Amino acid sequence: MSVAVSIAVQREAFDVGAEYAQLRQHNCADGATAMFTGSVRDLNMAQSVSCLELEHYPGMTEKVLREIAGQAAGRWQLGRVRIVHRFGRLHPGEDIVFVGSTAPHRQAALDACAFMMDFLKTRAPFWKKESGPEGEHWVAARQSDLKALDKW
Amino acid sequence: MIRVLFFAGLREQLACAEISVPAETCGTLAELRAHLGGRGEQWRSALADDNLQMALNRSVATPDTAVGGGDEVAFFPPVTGG
Repeated sequence: MSVAVSIAVQREAFDVGAEYAQLRQHNCADGATAMFTGSVRDLNMAQSVSCLELEHYPGMTEKVLREIAGQAAGRWQLGRVRIVHRFGRLHPGEDIVFVGSTAPHRQAALDACAFMMDFLKTRAPFWKKESGPEGEHWVAARQSDLKALDKW
Repeated sequence: MIRVLFFAGLREQLACAEISVPAETCGTLAELRAHLGGRGEQWRSALADDNLQMALNRSVATPDTAVGGGDEVAFFPPVTGG
């Protein structure tokens, strides 16, 4: 059976409850739903953050997210996959990214979410610029994010 | 023409988000990068960064990838989304 993949790259906030409802609507084949939400922190690398500006590469971003979802769908038995990523100006506490998957059984749904987040972190063309009392700077990529891919 | 895009910190360093380059000036992404580096000291030093990534037609590509008229190329720092 083919996996229903849905991607959104948007400036607006998303509603996790509505995302869950969408994953579950008329879905009696999947007994497991896993979701991950990433939010803006007020402290990063010991620097206080008052605002985050997320830039992305329109066109490539959607393509890469779709590829990542497709890879997860090829690897695990999944029913539905959803990725939402925001861009633009965000503040501490706001949600940036949502990843959700449904599957007949929990391990596939959980692993697919972790897989998609690990690849999204290192492949999707987004860049964060943090602003705080000490000024503004582009966030540096982390070696630990690249290392996280090894387990897949 | 080849459409060339720059993102994030690189875009700011170059004070340029997009330029067009005649297709006949370069055959590969490495040659395109060298050609762009010739636009001045700012460009030479910014594009010398080994960490920069390249994409051809919205897929990540390597320096030896062939490039031609109508292609869209992008240069950008390592990504930091999620």
